[in-house]
Amino acid sequence: MIQPLLKVQNLRIELTTRDGIAPVIDDLSFDLGAGESISFVGESGCGKSMTALGIMGLLPEKIGRIASGSINFNGEELTTVSQKRLRAIRGNDISMIFQEPMTSLNPVYTVGEQIAEVLRAHQGLSKAAAWNSAIELLDAVRIPNAKRRVSDYPFQMSGGQRQRVMIAMALACKPKILIADEPTTALDVTVQAQIFDLLNDLKRQTGTAIILITHDMGAVAEMAERMIVMYAGRGAEQGPVDQIIDHPRHPYTKGLISCVPHIVADLTNERNDLTEVAGIVPPLREFGQDRCLFASRCSMVSQQCLDKRPPEMKFEAGQSSACWHAEAV
Amino acid sequence: MNYNIDNKPLLDVQSLTVRFTVKRGGFFSEAKHLYAVDDISFQIKRGETLAIVGESGSGKTTAALAVAQLVKAYKGRVDLDGTDFLTLKDEALRLARSKMQFIFQDPYSSLNPRVRAEKIVREPLDNLGAVRDEERQAIVDKLFEAVGLHPEQQRLFPHQFSGGQRQRIGIARALATQPDLIICDEPVSALDVAVQAQILNLLRKLQADFGLTFLFISHDLGVVQHMCDSIAVMYMGKIVEYADRLSLFNNPLHPYTKALLSAVPTVDKKRRAETKRILIPGDPPDPLDLPKGCRFANRCPVAQDRCKSEQPILRELKSGHKVACHLVDENEVSPL
Repeated sequence: MIQPLLKVQNLRIELTTRDGIAPVIDDLSFDLGAGESISFVGESGCGKSMTALGIMGLLPEKIGRIASGSINFNGEELTTVSQKRLRAIRGNDISMIFQEPMTSLNPVYTVGEQIAEVLRAHQGLSKAAAWNSAIELLDAVRIPNAKRRVSDYPFQMSGGQRQRVMIAMALACKPKILIADEPTTALDVTVQAQIFDLLNDLKRQTGTAIILITHDMGAVAEMAERMIVMYAGRGAEQGPVDQIIDHPRHPYTKGLISCVPHIVADLTNERNDLTEVAGIVPPLREFGQDRCLFASRCSMVSQQCLDKRPPEMKFEAGQSSACWHAEAV
Repeated sequence: MNYNIDNKPLLDVQSLTVRFTVKRGGFFSEAKHLYAVDDISFQIKRGETLAIVGESGSGKTTAALAVAQLVKAYKGRVDLDGTDFLTLKDEALRLARSKMQFIFQDPYSSLNPRVRAEKIVREPLDNLGAVRDEERQAIVDKLFEAVGLHPEQQRLFPHQFSGGQRQRIGIARALATQPDLIICDEPVSALDVAVQAQILNLLRKLQADFGLTFLFISHDLGVVQHMCDSIAVMYMGKIVEYADRLSLFNNPLHPYTKALLSAVPTVDKKRRAETKRILIPGDPPDPLDLPKGCRFANRCPVAQDRCKSEQPILRELKSGHKVACHLVDENEVSPL
């Protein structure tokens, strides 16, 4: 088997909190192949963004650290690499776009200056060459009249346009991996459709692998080939998107899919109550306990779930579920 | 429960218009106005739910605020159970508001952090004074039970509750005065997906139990599909399509509605296979400089010359489906 582009093994990320040290990521493993798109799903506070920050080496200083495990990118171990090397990888090989296109851009520089800065810092382009590339990039992310808009300040652009500028910056150095952390949460649904379409096109053209972080199962279904469902810092379930949606093997995944009212083909007058996942995600101080952390919200809970952390149960086509009752789900 | 069988709607809104003055007129310059809500009409029958959907800037929230007189309407009528709300003033308005309550989007900022939950829910009763003092506690107890909170949680402050529980407090507060109409402004958008289901189920249960009527404001078409009996789609201050739930979702007619629905990601394989995503290019027009014709014409894939020069009016088709588009004919087939 060929080596995957990114291989994360038994990753453990710890945060120092008032109540002591909490494992916000607890024994997480996954692979990402070149040109593949995977998605992390889960509620807030389940560790989706923390995983992304861990890969980028951007954990909150002095508070968060990678305690154990490995992140292997293209044969290089990112957990032990020097800060200098990490800076070179960030932006060049792995880049990231964030949820809030309003706050991630610097309001006092034009968007052209901000895109050009990336190119000058990472690829050593001259000022003029970087500026011209910035125009090309804006054109590539379908900002109309790029030549004129390149001198605009962020406030002169709409939310969707700002997110396009972020994507242009992230793609400036043709990264191998693009991490998109809830890239469309702040945007309207028609704008979201434009951004998804753009990301899919760019992926096809450049072969960039995409990690999409989201809470929307619908977005996962449209954007990703594989998904990883996160719960309380642990991987609850992984596998091919269509297979999981058809037959989830973890009660949490099942809940996430059926608790949301989806628009379906041929709507009828029949309306049932939504499936409820009672309760909320446990507080950080309960993370890392040797039991199933979903047990308190689960309808299938048994004594076993409270006594011991469930191991990963394997199913066909690489689907796996960390649930004692996975067979029965 | 007192259901009106006759066809008179509980809420009848006619030609509601809200305009904001962006620049005051002077001796040499004309005043500039922004029409956030521009001549919209809708009705809700008792016990039913109407959703107003639209994207940011469409005017849906402003319309809801104007119905409750939380922003001043420039023109129009808002009849609730036969009373024209917009003509009421001061004390009469304050008392009439007991019939119309609001559930807000953000349960973190819509509850006073320094007041105990019990007092938050009780406050509408204290303000109106319609119920005798000693009976109020019993009502608060009942409300806490109805929204699924424990009696011992009454003494807690808002920060001691989760987001979903706070929204339950907001709902209990809205129910306190036994209103006829509850306006829900994006009641679940600030909540996590699993918690959204809890609140949506609760709202539907309360509606069935108390015969409530909802005006439901949302941008989430999945939620709207689940909650509503009829839907009005707004674009740039205008209603562009207005129909019952099944006609709107199964046979959207306006090109904007069609694009909007096609943009919603779904896990339903059949729908994904059947629905071609319609991307609408560009951005909405400047609300201060609206085009003369159809407001959607500059982004509409099928727009014709007429669309750019003549504004379409919302007209009713044979089936009762209403649409504001020149290109929809009597056969009720979408031009897109």
